[in-house]
Amino acid sequence: MGLGIELGHYLTVAAILFTLGVFGIFINRKNIIVILMSVELILLAVNLNMVAFSAALNDLQGQIFALLILTVAAAEAAIGLAILVIFYRNRGSIAVEDVNQLKG
Amino acid sequence: MNSDVTDFASLAPAYPEMLLAVGAIVLLLVGVVINKERSLLVSYGAVLLLLVVGSLVLFAPAEGVLFNGVFISDSFARYMKVLVLGGSAFSLMLALPRAEEYGTHKFEYAILVLLATLGMMAMVSANDLMSLYVGLELQSLSLYVLAAIKRDDSRATEAGLKYFVLGALSSGMLLYGASMVYGFTGHTNLQEIVIAIADEGRSIGLIFGMVFLLSGVAFKISAVPFHMWTPDVYEGAPTPVTAFFATAPKVAAMALLVRLVMDTFQGITSDWQQVVIFLSIASMVLAAFAAIGQKSIKRLIAYSSIGHVGFALVGLSSGTQVGVEGVAIYMAIYVAMTVGLFACLLSLRTENGAVETIDELAGAAQKRPFVAAVMAIIMFSLIGMPPLAGFFAKWHAFLAAIDAQLYVLAVIGVLASAVSAFYYLRVVKVMYFDEPVRDFEAVPAELNIIIGVSGFLVVTYYFTVGGPLANFAHTAAGSLF
Repeated sequence: MGLGIELGHYLTVAAILFTLGVFGIFINRKNIIVILMSVELILLAVNLNMVAFSAALNDLQGQIFALLILTVAAAEAAIGLAILVIFYRNRGSIAVEDVNQLKG
Repeated sequence: MNSDVTDFASLAPAYPEMLLAVGAIVLLLVGVVINKERSLLVSYGAVLLLLVVGSLVLFAPAEGVLFNGVFISDSFARYMKVLVLGGSAFSLMLALPRAEEYGTHKFEYAILVLLATLGMMAMVSANDLMSLYVGLELQSLSLYVLAAIKRDDSRATEAGLKYFVLGALSSGMLLYGASMVYGFTGHTNLQEIVIAIADEGRSIGLIFGMVFLLSGVAFKISAVPFHMWTPDVYEGAPTPVTAFFATAPKVAAMALLVRLVMDTFQGITSDWQQVVIFLSIASMVLAAFAAIGQKSIKRLIAYSSIGHVGFALVGLSSGTQVGVEGVAIYMAIYVAMTVGLFACLLSLRTENGAVETIDELAGAAQKRPFVAAVMAIIMFSLIGMPPLAGFFAKWHAFLAAIDAQLYVLAVIGVLASAVSAFYYLRVVKVMYFDEPVRDFEAVPAELNIIIGVSGFLVVTYYFTVGGPLANFAHTAAGSLF
């Protein structure tokens, strides 16, 4: 890998993205769409990890794994948005603070 | 690598999965062609399909590794698949009476249960990080939809949304762990990872990946501290769906966890043991105390199931063959008890609808003596009273821990079990000693049969199924060593 960018750099970026995604889910108090975006961020961090390892190990399996993750992430986003739509129909809101009927 | 599949006969280990996949698609087609909202043909067809696939797994054993090593069928996988298929079939039957009220009358319900079950079978048989992930996602994506299947109910959709967000987070953690394990061992195949760990020893990256991988699976079995979705989802989802969530997916995720730690990470046993012991103690203790204050019966069952995962993990913590046997027996008994418990719960209804809170069970013993008696027996079994099945489940798990000299863990387990007796007995007390407030409706015949079978198995466990089950579990555990 040229330009002095090595495996460690990729892993650092991926770790930062992953942490941002996790914090986006827990700290975000506004909108559920932001949570869905955070989930995508986590999956992209993993993909970056996979591809970086794949290149560093000179092994194809990581890239195949990344393709599978991309596909599943698309299906996951579709289902998440569908659930969000029926949630909105019932409550008329997609604010995180309105997801509060179930507690105890 | 050349393909190892040369003809149809060489696919024998994967016949059950293929039959289930094709069957699910055919039933989907039938449902679409019939074009009615409710189709009994699809519902009963799905139950029948699950039972046929289950007997295929049980009576036509074919073992081996397929598809370039991503799929493995061994005794352990077969044992867990029988449990998964049984749990799915019974919880599908639980959804038949009064289906309109629970939103489970749509024919898609049965199809989604079948697809989730297929995902679970793929998880149980996964021999590669990729097949593990794809199986897990097939299961999870179906379950998210099932939680929100009653789409005009605001509690069910909230349950679906919460389950989706936390489930997606757990998949992300699992994947991050998988990428680290891949990066630091250079393989995604579980057997090759074993060899790589044996050759290269442990590295900090591998431990990191292992912890993330186990955290992701801990979400799916709802072990503390990854349990926060469980009470909300169990309470919000329609009761037959909750019954499904509490049985088959837990077994499949537990099987996955057992295979990962006993097989893949056998080279770093002392590292994963710490994680599993922590999960186990935290689950048992938190569940025992958190359940005490619950008013909703479904939340109580949610905490109870968290606690039972903790007890099963006591067996796994030992890292021995006896321990795996303990987990296998525990999960079988847990499924039998949970199915019975939900059948009782679904059959107790007042004129206000299904029973939601514990107080509404008041006087059930006078109005519905049979259901109340079986429910009380199951409660005693969940506590772990001899000679009921639940006692033998805990006995096997604690025995393994004591054999492995984990005395502190075993003592904490017994204490947590004693504390949990309080909330189980409270349900029995309300049913037997409180005055009836309302009358209970008649019980549908299907539910009576399931309640009867579950009650019979729980009471006569030691004399009937106990021996064969222990033998099967012994063979299953043996295949991992």
